[in-house]
Amino acid sequence: MNDLVLVVLLTLVAAAGTAVVMTNAPERQAVTYAFFGVTLTLLFLALQAPDVALSQLAVGTAFVPLMVMLAIRKIRGGRQ
Amino acid sequence: MRYYPYFVAGWLLLIGCFGIVRSRNLVHAVVSLAVAQAGTYVLLLSVGYQRGATAPVFGSTQKPNLNVVDPVVQALTLTDIVVSATVTALLLALAMQIAKRHGTVDPDQLSTLEG
Amino acid sequence: MTRASRYLLFFVGGGLVVVLYVWGVVGLPTFGSTHHPYRDRAVSASVAHQTANVVSSVNFDQRSLDTLGEESIFFASVIGAAALLRPSKQEREASEAGSGGGGHVMASTRFIGYVVFPLTLLVGFDVVAHGHLTPGGGFQGGVILATGLHVMYVSGKYEALRKLRPVTAFEHGEVVGALAFAGLGFAGVGVSGSFLANVLPFGSLGSFLSSGAVEVLNVAVGVEITCGVIVLLSHFFEQAMEFGHGKAAKR
Repeated sequence: MNDLVLVVLLTLVAAAGTAVVMTNAPERQAVTYAFFGVTLTLLFLALQAPDVALSQLAVGTAFVPLMVMLAIRKIRGGRQ
Repeated sequence: MRYYPYFVAGWLLLIGCFGIVRSRNLVHAVVSLAVAQAGTYVLLLSVGYQRGATAPVFGSTQKPNLNVVDPVVQALTLTDIVVSATVTALLLALAMQIAKRHGTVDPDQLSTLEG
Repeated sequence: MTRASRYLLFFVGGGLVVVLYVWGVVGLPTFGSTHHPYRDRAVSASVAHQTANVVSSVNFDQRSLDTLGEESIFFASVIGAAALLRPSKQEREASEAGSGGGGHVMASTRFIGYVVFPLTLLVGFDVVAHGHLTPGGGFQGGVILATGLHVMYVSGKYEALRKLRPVTAFEHGEVVGALAFAGLGFAGVGVSGSFLANVLPFGSLGSFLSSGAVEVLNVAVGVEITCGVIVLLSHFFEQAMEFGHGKAAKR
């Protein structure tokens, strides 16, 4: 049973990673990357790693998308 | 299932590099690099996993025993996650400076080195 | 390098990487095996030092030198980003400081912000303080605290965030955290002759005052990560909100 959960989560992670790379607009990539971070968190929990899951959740869903959006705003604003 | 997690980790690394190669925007390249880094986390944690074992944290419900997953790879991964996010911040700061100086963040148009 | 040649190089190199990777992976123990020699030794050493969270023991007790290196990378990256994001003279002259008002925030969002903000801070302090007992620690709790502060930005104005966040104080806090970690290492030299030795009393497994120096190093790292992330985000915010509406500097 646990094997099935792991297979499903691993496939979800691979699909989410592909989706992040195939999203061309960086502002949409921030959202897709946050979703990828959530799937990674679930995978780390299934692999019995709560410390790593907590770290990934805090960093990947709040910190990195915020910085990406601020960088995009600065880059777009400077070029208008 | 014997090797599937390792192949998923390899796939994430390759697709991240493919994203960097194909990208037309430096910010897109930085986020693809973050995906490639996530591949290494999956590989490390998969190496340390044991079927039927629990998390390496002891408390009132779990007395110290040896039936836990490997804590050394988890320790490596968790500091790596926070520190690579900061290096991503450094790369984004570089991208912002490039946009300020050259007016574009398209890697194909940034090929000349100006004095 | 043209796009076509870049793709060609990627496929050639990527193919080689795939071959080597598959060859390496099939030689590994299969996924989920029971042969983990590092796990046996790490768990025994952690229980000997009365630390309930083995991952924290590995990070701050058995391999604390690596954690010192990692937090130095973090420190250097914050300095590098701060140096890169210094506002230029043109930006300073053209800035419209105080224009970060932005759009209209709904009353419900503001209310949720008032409720969530102290809760997030509480959770962050709890995660940092109990790092040696439950999953958590300085790294995770530091990021939670730093991004929790920015709930102020989501639920209110940028001005409120700026008032609540004296950047110089956080820069000093980051230095204090980094120095505390190194200072504790030298205390280990003074007491028992090796850098970053665990010299505080161990206590009993599972109680709050256990595992010696792991708890103190945890707090030092928590302080450094919190202050560092706040400083980093403050530079990003400054660039995006205060100088983001100027004309392009030069082509």
